[in-house]
Order: sequence, then structure tokens, then C-alpha cells
Amino acid sequence: MTIDLILFLILAVVAIATALGMLLSRNAVYSALFLVLNFATVAVFYVLLGAPFIAMAQITVYAGAIMVLFLFVIMLLGAEKTPGNPKWSDYILPAGLALVLVLESIYLLISRGVPSGEIVQPEASVNSVDFLRQMGMALFNEYLLPFEVTSILLLVAMVGAIVLTKQEKGGRG
Amino acid sequence: MVPVNYYIILSAILFTIGALGVLVRRNPLIMFMSIELMLNSANLAMVAFSSAIKSLSGQIFVFFVIAVAAAEVAVGLALIVQIFKSRHTINVDEMNSLKG
Repeated sequence: MTIDLILFLILAVVAIATALGMLLSRNAVYSALFLVLNFATVAVFYVLLGAPFIAMAQITVYAGAIMVLFLFVIMLLGAEKTPGNPKWSDYILPAGLALVLVLESIYLLISRGVPSGEIVQPEASVNSVDFLRQMGMALFNEYLLPFEVTSILLLVAMVGAIVLTKQEKGGRG
Repeated sequence: MVPVNYYIILSAILFTIGALGVLVRRNPLIMFMSIELMLNSANLAMVAFSSAIKSLSGQIFVFFVIAVAAAEVAVGLALIVQIFKSRHTINVDEMNSLKG
């Protein structure tokens, strides 16, 4: 057992437990907070995988912006506790189907041995400015068109959100 | 040294929990959070593969996925707020008409 494997196993338990907490919480605010913890755990996975930039983006965009938006809407609508929470018996059929799905996919992955290889410990250079420079070079050279398309997508989403929530004056509601 | 298989299995489990949330929960906000969880598990698999083959492309794709998820959440939550305003409920079982 190397230190990487021990870290991975502990973090995996935390990630799965927080995901289940998100799924099973009766209160939507608790669900959101569990999900924040899950995103933070996944960010630590990214650091382990040698992707510090993605880890920071994960923290700021997911755990920061997106979940604050979620909490804001939950509290705005007062939707912490909606009626019609599922009973335990409601989980049986979907959970059985999901279990079949996950077992089958894991069996296929293991038996074919397709994703082979190991994640070796990333070099310390991953945490240097040079790594960010490489990433920026790839982003603005090789992936320039997707980058620009993403900016247009964000603009469209912003306009869409404003149009959807705008109060129409004198028009149809 | 963690085999890349482990990351893929973890990603599969997280994805399945997300799918279960969409199937079982009837609160659209929690269904939305489950969708985020599924996107996130796909991102984890992508970064794991990108790290295994020592290429930056996977990480850059994850960056794009995060941007698209942010856009999706903004529009989706705006839709949920609008639906709540017009119908005064957010139980998805009671949303059975497209007419506002």
C-alpha cells in the first residue's frame, strides 16, 4: 500500500458517502452542502492526478459559483422540504437497476482490461508556472475555436437567464 | 501508484448515484444536483485518463465541460424559478403541461 493508494481509498469513501448523503437527505439545503463536500473531494482527486488548474477551477466554479446559485434558489423558493419525499420502497427498483448497471460496467472494464496503466505520482513541476504556461498555450493555440465557442455559449446563457427571469411589463406574463 | 481502473470504478459509482437521484427524487433542484454529480464523475474519468496517457487534452476538455455546466445551471435554475412563479409548486410529478 503506497501513500497514494491510501489517500485514494479514504477520499473515495468520502466521495461516495457525500454523494449518498446528497441523494438521501430530506432537506435540499443539506443535499447542496453534501454536494459541495463531494466537489471538494473531487478537487483533491484532481490534485492527486496532477491537474492543479482543474482542481482550482472545480473549487471556484463548482463549489463556489454553482452551489451558491443552488443554495440561493433553494432559499428563494423555500423548497427545502418539498412534499412527496420518496419512501424507502421507492428506491428498490431504481437501486436494483443501478446496481446491475454498475456491476456490469465494472465487469466489462475489468474483463477487457481496456483502461490499463497506472497513475504515477505527478512530478513537482506540475505545480509550477511552466505547467500553467503549457496549458494556456494548448488552450489558445490548439483549442482556440472551442474556447471562443464557449465564450459565446456563456454569453447566450447569460442573456437566456436574464430573458427568462425578466418581468414583462404590460405584455404576456 | 493507483491503477487507473480504480478511478474509473469510482467514477462509475458516482455516475450511478447521480442517475439514481434523477430517477428517484421528485424535487427538481435535487435532480439538477444529481445531473451535476454525473457531469462531475465524467470529468473525473476524463482527468484520470488524461493523467494516465500524460496528455493535457483531457484536462482542457474538462475545463470546457465546467464552463458548459455553469451555463447550464444558470439557465436551468432560471427555468425552475419561472416554473415556480407560474405554478407555485416544483414537484416534477405535477408538471404535466407545457402551457404556462
